[in-house]
Amino acid sequence: MDHQSLTPTPIATKPYWTPGVAALALLALNGIGFLAARLLFGIGSVTNLSNQHPWGIWIGVDVAGGVALAAGGFTTAALGHVMHREKYHALVRPALLTAMLGYTFVAFGVCMDVGRWYYIWHPIFMWNGSSALFEVGICVTIYLNVLYIEFLPVVAERFIGRVDLPGPLARLNGPLDRGLRALDRGLSSTMFVFIIAGVVLSTLHQSSLGTLMVIAGPKMHPLWQTPILPLLFLLSAIAVGLPMVIFESLLAARSLGLKPEMPLLSDLGRMTAPLIGIYLAFKIGDMVVRETFVHLTVLDSASVMFMLEIGILMLALRMLLSPGVLKSPLLLFIAAALVVAGVLVNRIDNFVIAFTPPYQFKPYRPSFGEISVTVGFISLLVLLYRAAVMIFPVISLPDRTRAPRNKYAVRG
Amino acid sequence: MKELNRREFLTSALALGSVAALSPEARAMREETLSPDRMGVLVDTTVCIGCRGCEWACKKAHALPTPPLESYEDKSVFKAMRRPDETALTVVNRYDNPKDPAAPYTVKVQCMHCEHPACVSACIVGALKKQETGAVVWDTNKCIGCRYCMVACPFQIPAFEYQKALQPRIMKCDFCADRRAAGGLPACVEQCPVEALTYGRRDDLVRAARERVKASPQRYVDHVYGELEVGGTSWLYLAGMEFTELQFPKLGRSPAPGVSESIQHGVFAYFVPPVALYALLGMVMWTSKGPPKDDDES
Ligand code: SF4
Ligand code: SF4
Ligand code: SF4
Repeated sequence: MDHQSLTPTPIATKPYWTPGVAALALLALNGIGFLAARLLFGIGSVTNLSNQHPWGIWIGVDVAGGVALAAGGFTTAALGHVMHREKYHALVRPALLTAMLGYTFVAFGVCMDVGRWYYIWHPIFMWNGSSALFEVGICVTIYLNVLYIEFLPVVAERFIGRVDLPGPLARLNGPLDRGLRALDRGLSSTMFVFIIAGVVLSTLHQSSLGTLMVIAGPKMHPLWQTPILPLLFLLSAIAVGLPMVIFESLLAARSLGLKPEMPLLSDLGRMTAPLIGIYLAFKIGDMVVRETFVHLTVLDSASVMFMLEIGILMLALRMLLSPGVLKSPLLLFIAAALVVAGVLVNRIDNFVIAFTPPYQFKPYRPSFGEISVTVGFISLLVLLYRAAVMIFPVISLPDRTRAPRNKYAVRG
Repeated sequence: MKELNRREFLTSALALGSVAALSPEARAMREETLSPDRMGVLVDTTVCIGCRGCEWACKKAHALPTPPLESYEDKSVFKAMRRPDETALTVVNRYDNPKDPAAPYTVKVQCMHCEHPACVSACIVGALKKQETGAVVWDTNKCIGCRYCMVACPFQIPAFEYQKALQPRIMKCDFCADRRAAGGLPACVEQCPVEALTYGRRDDLVRAARERVKASPQRYVDHVYGELEVGGTSWLYLAGMEFTELQFPKLGRSPAPGVSESIQHGVFAYFVPPVALYALLGMVMWTSKGPPKDDDES
């Protein structure tokens, strides 16, 4: 299996700019425009947030959704490094890159949603241990740094022996190269510390993200308000991690003109099914125990969205259980996309739909500006991902030119 | 990590674990330092005449744009229910009295100054604090504007200055903490012409409220709102009809932050669970490593 030798390589099969990429750039610019307005004229100038609805899609999608969908980083790290399933190493780096970019945007998204963005560093010094948000904030901050550290070897690998500064800076080439080598050596003997820390931090904040809404008590629709929210958030994050890797691998392969690693991806798909099953068991079990299914008999946005989120995941589960789906890139892609959609809808439900303030003058609908910013963030993320895989050795390609290498072949 | 032997692995893992475990009282317990003499206000909605003088006095005391007192005689604002917001820390609403249509009830609304405030428990930086004297106050030097306090408050009280690009504030009744510290009365209490608002020790107010109910059972429903709701509030209400009809939220008796805090403290009990998880993963990593292969790196 792992003797076919996959080597992470910067991708050079396609040019960076294509019409699709240009369209994404426009969407990103549009979002940046609205962000500028938010910075100049305040949150109220671009969002539909109010005293009744203090949190909207910037928290529900950009932050909560972003964190959940970046779960591929810690699930593949756990699979590839902690459990030492070597053959999945080829998937660790792309997942790591997604997680790194994803969390960067989560942090940036929080920054833009917070009224006093220039005080974003306050939680590092001003602690409130009873606040779930404090815990999420601190864990995400540390984890973001861990992700950067985990990515450093990829950067080092790209530049070791290739440091070539122009002109007068050329004198620094030697020291810089030696520095990179030292860094790389140091990291490769301590990396396990960061990898485990990354997994621990992820389980902590993935679940605390669920604790966030517990304090809203009766302001949250009973279909979602449950003391086991942290567990549900953690289980769904674990369930969405691998499908997200499948989803982006197939998407990237398609867009970069590469051959997808189908055997690996089918394996991931097979592993995903029980994880979704466990999550759904808890989710539905919780509904039965708390007898909240009575709320499903009324037809309103809450019951529809609840059924939607569960229905999507059940469909995905059904698909992933059939061997035919696992073998077909298209069907596997659809199944993975369904899981991603199901978990995303769940996060939107928890943070936006379920929030029913006792005194409501106007229901919350995201404004055009809010949607623009969210879409802009996603576009920017895809653009950066594309650039990164073209610059750094992230995606693994079958190595035709060299014999299997030891040093960098399977390191993440 | 092919160079790493098992001993090294264990030592580093242990070192990291103990650093986390030793960090001083990192789970920052919120001290409950409520004074037995903490103050409160009893709002008797059956006495209130709906003059809205409290609204005026509150704005004036907090340097908010304040229309002249005469303009408050305009009763048309009662047509729609209003909530405290960033321009008014307290508002008065009017409700039809089914027993006597000529004498509607008017209800002043502001922060309840909970004894175990959800907003204080939630605030990411501890910008909200419950003072020993009862007031729940907000610190502009800490607040980052995340609005989690607004998500948490069961009475939906904190408001936010969405229109400000710089230094937007969380706006809510501060129980006139500064005036009281200087020996004064809350501005609204001082203004009230009919003594619908009684300022005093919370414990005395609870007793006084119960006595009023006992003395005139026709006048009041037998319920002192705020005595037990969400673990008690510093502001207390008496009413002539069911509180839910006056649009008070129906809340349980356990403090609002209870469930959330016990989850938090359970997960972070002296960092044991995270450290244990760390150790467990370390063990899995170590044992699943198998015999060294040449491509076996971390
Ligand atoms: S009423 Fe709301 S804002 Fe006031 S103390 Fe209670 S939780 Fe805080
Ligand atoms: S908005 Fe300010 S006061 Fe409210 S929770 Fe956030 S930091 Fe605390
Ligand atoms: S106590 Fe002070 S801040 Fe609160 S409503 Fe009365 S006047 Fe306003």
